[in-house]
Amino acid sequence: MTHDHDHDHDHDHDHDHDHDHDHDHDHGHGHSHAHPHPTREDDDLELTYGEAKFIALRAMLIEKGVITGDEVRRRLEINDMAGPHQGARMVARAWLDPDYKARMLQDGKKAAIELGIQVTEAEVMAIENTPGVHNLVVCTLCSCYPRSLLGEPPAWYVSKAYRSRAVREPRTVLKEFGLAFPEEVEIRVHDSNADLRYIILPLRPAGTEGMTEEELAALVSRDCLVGAALPGPVPA
Amino acid sequence: MRTDQGAAYAVGERVRIKDLGKPGHVRTPIYVRRKTGVIDSYVGRFENPEERAYGRIGGERIPLYRVRLKQQDLWPDYEGPERDTLVLEIYDHWLERA
Repeated sequence: MTHDHDHDHDHDHDHDHDHDHDHDHDHGHGHSHAHPHPTREDDDLELTYGEAKFIALRAMLIEKGVITGDEVRRRLEINDMAGPHQGARMVARAWLDPDYKARMLQDGKKAAIELGIQVTEAEVMAIENTPGVHNLVVCTLCSCYPRSLLGEPPAWYVSKAYRSRAVREPRTVLKEFGLAFPEEVEIRVHDSNADLRYIILPLRPAGTEGMTEEELAALVSRDCLVGAALPGPVPA
Repeated sequence: MRTDQGAAYAVGERVRIKDLGKPGHVRTPIYVRRKTGVIDSYVGRFENPEERAYGRIGGERIPLYRVRLKQQDLWPDYEGPERDTLVLEIYDHWLERA
């Protein structure tokens, strides 16, 4: 939606700041005049074919009454609420509540909805890391990803390098992410190739006893939720 | 774990993934075709994406399984130990008993 011209694009930076301060441009001679505001590239560049097609299709669907502009806006708001903080909430809850964990492993989608997350995927499967099995998710055919729970996938997840190597040499890939597992731990790769979307439930780190759900959720990064990282660091 | 009286394969059963040589929006990656594994779980019934991708919506729902393969069976020169595995989703018509 880069070319949504229905609203003003100048306003994506923080307006609470003082417009006279120097934005870290240290000129070293202490003058106090207002510096030019940092400019942001206008997005009035030529549209790509896909963008032009999208805008035309949307306009036609609205004109013919198939959808309304308000529905488009609401759906965009749902998209914007998605992010790895949602998956992290599920993990923290599962760590604290064994009954919730059982429900999450039984039906990941229902468990997400239970926490008020708007799930757009047909099916979500939660997979539990154990001391004996570490799980890693990849979509070799395209870029399937549980967007409602994790937001948009990172560039590395959709790269051809990750998509081909994660199934071929997962231990080397994991090492590049900083994770080395002994041979006693099974590495299980999940190719998200068809109808399910996957979220990993990582092992709860040691030293987190007594932490609140919010504190636990803060340990769970985006990459933990696809198995490319482990939760932490745990504050001393 | 889900079950389906109509499902042809039981959990733990050995299966071979076929190479149907079918063009189009197929969801069985090349690297698992002709490989043997076991049924990890039964997922449910879904419309065939090979049809849906071309606008043929509302067709028969077919069984989908998660199939688990040993990495060493997928790649003869696999880097890791024998216990490493890969799991992916395979539709009924791409499977046969091994």
